[in-house]
Amino acid sequence: MKKLFTSREALLCVLILIMTLSVGAIADDFLSISNLLSIYNDTSILIILALGQMLVIITRCIDLSVAANLALTGMVIAMINSSFPDFPVPLLVLFGALLGLWMGMINGLLVWKLGIPAIVVTLGTMSIYRGIIFLLSDGAWVNAHEMSKVFMQIPRSTFIGIALLSWVSIITVAVFYYFTRYARTGREIYAAGNSPTAAFYTGIDVGRSQFIAFSLSGLLAGLCGYLWVSRYAVAYVDVAAGFELQVISACVIGGISIMGGIGTVAGCVLGAIFLGVINNALPVIGVSPFWQMAISGGVIVLAVIASSKAEQKSGRIILKSAGLAPSR
Amino acid sequence: MSQVTPFYSLRGISKAFPGVKALDEVQLDLYPGEVMALIGENGAGKSTLVKTMTGIYQPDSGALYLAGETIKLPTPDAARRLGITAIHQETVLFDELSVTENIFTGHHLTRGLLKTLDWPAMRSQCIKILADIEAQIDPDILLKHLSIGQRHMVAIARALSFDAKVVILDEPTAALSIYETQELYKIVDKLKNAGCAIMFISHKFDEVFAIADRYTVFRDGCFINQGKIDSVNQAQLVTMMVGRTVDQVYPKESQPLGEQVLKVANFSHPTEFNDLSFELHAGEILGFYGLVGAGRTELMQAIYGVSNTSSGCIEIAGVAVSIHSPADAIKAGIVYVPEERQSQGVVLDLPIDQNITLPQLSQINNNGLLNPASEYALADEYASRLQVKAPDWHELVGNLSGGNQQKVVIAKWLATQPKVIILDEPTKGIDISSKAAVHSFMSELVKQGLAVIMVSSELPEVMGMSDRIIVMSEGLQVCDFNRADFNAEQIVSAASGGLNEKTIH
Repeated sequence: MKKLFTSREALLCVLILIMTLSVGAIADDFLSISNLLSIYNDTSILIILALGQMLVIITRCIDLSVAANLALTGMVIAMINSSFPDFPVPLLVLFGALLGLWMGMINGLLVWKLGIPAIVVTLGTMSIYRGIIFLLSDGAWVNAHEMSKVFMQIPRSTFIGIALLSWVSIITVAVFYYFTRYARTGREIYAAGNSPTAAFYTGIDVGRSQFIAFSLSGLLAGLCGYLWVSRYAVAYVDVAAGFELQVISACVIGGISIMGGIGTVAGCVLGAIFLGVINNALPVIGVSPFWQMAISGGVIVLAVIASSKAEQKSGRIILKSAGLAPSR
Repeated sequence: MSQVTPFYSLRGISKAFPGVKALDEVQLDLYPGEVMALIGENGAGKSTLVKTMTGIYQPDSGALYLAGETIKLPTPDAARRLGITAIHQETVLFDELSVTENIFTGHHLTRGLLKTLDWPAMRSQCIKILADIEAQIDPDILLKHLSIGQRHMVAIARALSFDAKVVILDEPTAALSIYETQELYKIVDKLKNAGCAIMFISHKFDEVFAIADRYTVFRDGCFINQGKIDSVNQAQLVTMMVGRTVDQVYPKESQPLGEQVLKVANFSHPTEFNDLSFELHAGEILGFYGLVGAGRTELMQAIYGVSNTSSGCIEIAGVAVSIHSPADAIKAGIVYVPEERQSQGVVLDLPIDQNITLPQLSQINNNGLLNPASEYALADEYASRLQVKAPDWHELVGNLSGGNQQKVVIAKWLATQPKVIILDEPTKGIDISSKAAVHSFMSELVKQGLAVIMVSSELPEVMGMSDRIIVMSEGLQVCDFNRADFNAEQIVSAASGGLNEKTIH
């Protein structure tokens, strides 16, 4: 029953370990606790977004608008903070999350009620959300000196030696583990993606499952909007430009099937950490950033080849002798 | 025994799909504690009826009554809540989920305020149900690792996990071993004793007589007859099923047989079919009859190079050819008109002429550029010959009726000047006049010396058009009939597994 780790996840663990240790062999500092924690902290936003994206991909959709959603909420709350520095930051974070949720719901409704393919919907909303940032900000930046101290300090403050940003991702992972394993809605998302026909026969509304996945992805993107802007202390139109592709890459590397229905929280998190380690390790051993993209691209292709090999089918089972064979 | 009132009844149910009337004013009664066998040929409307009874399809007219009250079933879930549950012919389950989860999806057990899923409870219930039906299946294994028979057992376990009052079994034994079938009988007995109303669909008469209390016969979407099973015999049921005499309207003209064009020897696939051998001559129509899922389409697709075989060989006009892709087959002179016309036969968003010239763009190629004029001319020649009804050949195929789309597929293949044409369910879902056009065209083709293979699940069609019929059952070649020996009862029995291992000449 306890199949927390499938072969894919074990493989990722081993790869991450090998990478970390071999880079550590070259640069001692790399293996220090503080450095490892900071790599995790660096990867936190990617982990959170990848979890939302995972649900969307499991329902056979894709959310290209996460980074634009993040940038828009980030810009909105940065502007509020710079204009009303006394507005309580926790409320501001909540507002950002709700704004993100709302944008995710728009994606979900278009997919559910109008039946438009998700890639088209989110390609459109991606541009719309980025466009709105322009309209709101006139292309201007919100810089660190315009933000309040509390606004920037919260993600950096630590609890038992771990940054709050990391804690947020740890809690998200825990909630998602519960949701995908012990919540009816979460399991229905898997069923809907695995076989929409069977799900319909079972009384599951596939469109509603997709809507929920998009909404959660949007909620997390909104939350990350605050985390990103306060962490990097700047908000502008092109914040996190292209980051949606990293998020999707993390999912694919983590074994989330782009055909839907397959994927685990553990795989998703490991996929994100794998990318995080590459991004942090390569500069340490003096590999140019240009190689980073090529390497993560290569890993994605390998990951997809590995999954498609596993998913190949060998025809229907009609002959009785054939039907009996695999039952042993 | 006193007269009982039906528990679940249908009255005047009609359901039409574009071009076909699947159900025409049918009625049906299921009694508590009894098994009703629904009998009919392929295409009689049985599966449509099951889907109507379980809320998957909405009837165009008519009414459903449960325990005397009118009910509406807007969704499958609504049917399930009323205790109506079906085990479908093609199991509809989740490959990537565990057996336990397959059984409980849609009605998970939960505990606590948060409605946390209670996996230990579901798992132990699952083990209990599986033990009840004596199925030795690991509750934690993913469904994709199970055989078809085991999947059926999971589907049955799922049905039992509800508080079912009406249980519909749509050809449940088609994929079960003899042992598993015996187990199924025991389960059906248990359900009967618990007072369930059971509907049982099967093509196997021995099963029908073994477990049914009543029967209902459908033919061509119409209700024919019903009654107690002990008041009829097998011959009477077959007559009701087959009904009409077959000499109807088929434009069959027997041709003198030409040379042997195609020879298939010892064709086998690891899981789909085994050891098929036959020959085909110019001027001949060879019919393949069998139940849905007997492996006929799979065989044809293997001959056409869509899938690979494990052994066997093909000869064209006495010369061995190796076919590994449809392109190889077309080159060898074999073409295939698929059953799934809209997804495999035509490109709906292309015009008629481009559809027809698709397999031989090299012919209308002028110094590396396609020549639209010769494309149109080539298309015109064949589209006119097949009398495709369209304003002109620039019309999108998606705008044509099913029958005319089928003509486009055939025109496309004739333009390649093949030796063998395989027609897979050539008249499925098309209107009567187009059907007749396809039939008379088949006669014309063989007159011109082509060899035709026709896969059909419609007995009148296969008997009306073929010179020879090969009956397949469960991936095996059961027997062959020459036209002089055609006999509806024997063919149906053979397809249902009643004439195994016996060849009639």
